[in-house]
Amino acid sequence: MNPQAIIDGLIAGSTIGLGAIGLTLTYSILRFANFTHGDFLAWGAYLTLTVAGVLGGLAAGLGAPVYPFSFGWGLPLAMFGGVALTVALTLGLDRILFGKLRARGADAIIIVMASFGASMALRSLLEFIFTAKPAYFTKALQIAKPLGLGMRATPDQLLVIGMTAVLVVVLHLLVTRSATGRAMRAVSENPSLAGVYGVNVENVIRVTWIIGAGLACIAGVMAGLLVQIRPYMGFDLLLPLFSAAILGGIGSIPGAMLGGLIIGLAEAFAVQIVGAEWRAAISFVILVLVLMLRPQGLFGQKGA
Amino acid sequence: MTALSVAGLHAGYDPDLPIVKGVSFDITRGEAVSILGPNGAGKSTMIKAIAGLVPCFAGHVRLGQTDVTGLASHHLVRNGMGFVPQTENIFTRLTILENLQIAAQLLPKAERAGRIAAMLDMFPDLAARPGELAGALSGGQRQMLAAARALLTEPQVLMLDEPSAGLSPKLVGQVFDTLRRISEAGVTLVLVEQNVRAALTLTERALVLVDGKLAHDGPSETLHDGKLLGELFLGHRTAEART
Ligand SMILES: Nc1ncnc2c1ncn2[C@@H]1O[C@H](COP(=O)(O)OP(=O)(O)OP(=O)(O)O)[C@@H](O)[C@H]1O
Ligand SMILES: [Mg+2]
Repeated sequence: MNPQAIIDGLIAGSTIGLGAIGLTLTYSILRFANFTHGDFLAWGAYLTLTVAGVLGGLAAGLGAPVYPFSFGWGLPLAMFGGVALTVALTLGLDRILFGKLRARGADAIIIVMASFGASMALRSLLEFIFTAKPAYFTKALQIAKPLGLGMRATPDQLLVIGMTAVLVVVLHLLVTRSATGRAMRAVSENPSLAGVYGVNVENVIRVTWIIGAGLACIAGVMAGLLVQIRPYMGFDLLLPLFSAAILGGIGSIPGAMLGGLIIGLAEAFAVQIVGAEWRAAISFVILVLVLMLRPQGLFGQKGA
Repeated sequence: MTALSVAGLHAGYDPDLPIVKGVSFDITRGEAVSILGPNGAGKSTMIKAIAGLVPCFAGHVRLGQTDVTGLASHHLVRNGMGFVPQTENIFTRLTILENLQIAAQLLPKAERAGRIAAMLDMFPDLAARPGELAGALSGGQRQMLAAARALLTEPQVLMLDEPSAGLSPKLVGQVFDTLRRISEAGVTLVLVEQNVRAALTLTERALVLVDGKLAHDGPSETLHDGKLLGELFLGHRTAEART
């Protein structure tokens, strides 16, 4: 077996994990499975690409690669804009769709179906605006450097892994240590009691969208940087995202990250052992196994 | 001074089927009042409507001078309402301290630590292990935490829905002792109870709710012998001995 699968798995797992964190937070606080979450990744990537294009037009030097990476300062700068726009997109969607259904006391299944419809609309819109042709953040090629033990990685790939680790730690501290995190955990246990405690639940919901959308955008940019940008890139990740969130235990940030890494690694090894055409089946197999053997996931509360 | 004023309140889950059908009463600052009534009379629904958790279809709720009808529960807390629901009244997956910290978030930053310490002082059971998950507390201790959380923000009115439900007689005694201390400290108390005898000794006035309407409103002594209460619960007599 080729040890390179470990690196490949960690890289894919970083994207899946960041996406799954947003999914697990919206699931535990808004109480519905949000099918649009995958499309937030794709929108994040395209919005960042658009901002990068505008920035590149304003100052050509921003596009020049900064050694040892394949991209210039324009991309991280553009990502700030991309995150802000993705957040605006999710808050807008909450205002015109999910928030309206919530205020009306709609059943979770209605909201899930609405998110399914919104997902299809968002994806078609991307295809309409940007066409189905893949796009790229950078044309520069990178040589993978040997890491020892027969593993290789490009500087971009190592950056993605490092950035993911930092984001997960920061987010975990926010949720476990800060007043905002406490309020989020309270709402996820019992929203109406949170109101009785004086928590403004709608504010907590907004914070949840902001975190989820920000991470989705970053994950989308990572995937776009390391692979390519396509309108279907998020939709194709939906099953791995759900599998990772459920494997980690709904509501658990470290769980979602670990779930993402496990799915990424399992996919990478499966590709080596049984062939690339089986990659997509791995998430599904893991999802089914978790739901049958340990439905609360690795870090989830029983009955949650 | 009126602490809580309810006027012509209609409330429930479906506007076509109100559960609370035209209830009016005023509670003076510092007063302790029981709300009694048979199961399903609408006591919890009424108290939740007052606390902003159930829609009000008609009528008014005033806290002090402020009209709070239909306000969301988190706004009501800021206006001086303390409410302890009948069930699921603490966050079991948060620690005891975190439960108090969430409530303390409404206070100015400088007061938070002091108020939390004051509550832990008042409830030694909680002070013994503030870092423990609230889900590990016994039934009586949970009620203490729920009361401590509600008292932390020094509400004008404290409303509790059956704080003694499901507790052993010894714990019921403990909970009522605590409530007596709270009332003696001057907090306006509204207490929904099935435990009629304990409630009547604690409060000076009792309202009886039958089928969503007030069947009685008077001093607690008038209900002590139990005969009137029995008749009220069975719906044989209504609206007597109003103050
Ligand atoms: N969430 C709800 N949705 C719809 N109807 C409800 C709901 N909660 C209670 N009801 C109905 O409202 C009516 C009054 O219930 P409520 O809980 O207010 O009575 P209660 O006086 O508090 O009774 P108990 O003494 O048993 O606590 C009942 O007929 C009940 O079925
Ligand atoms: Mg009740």
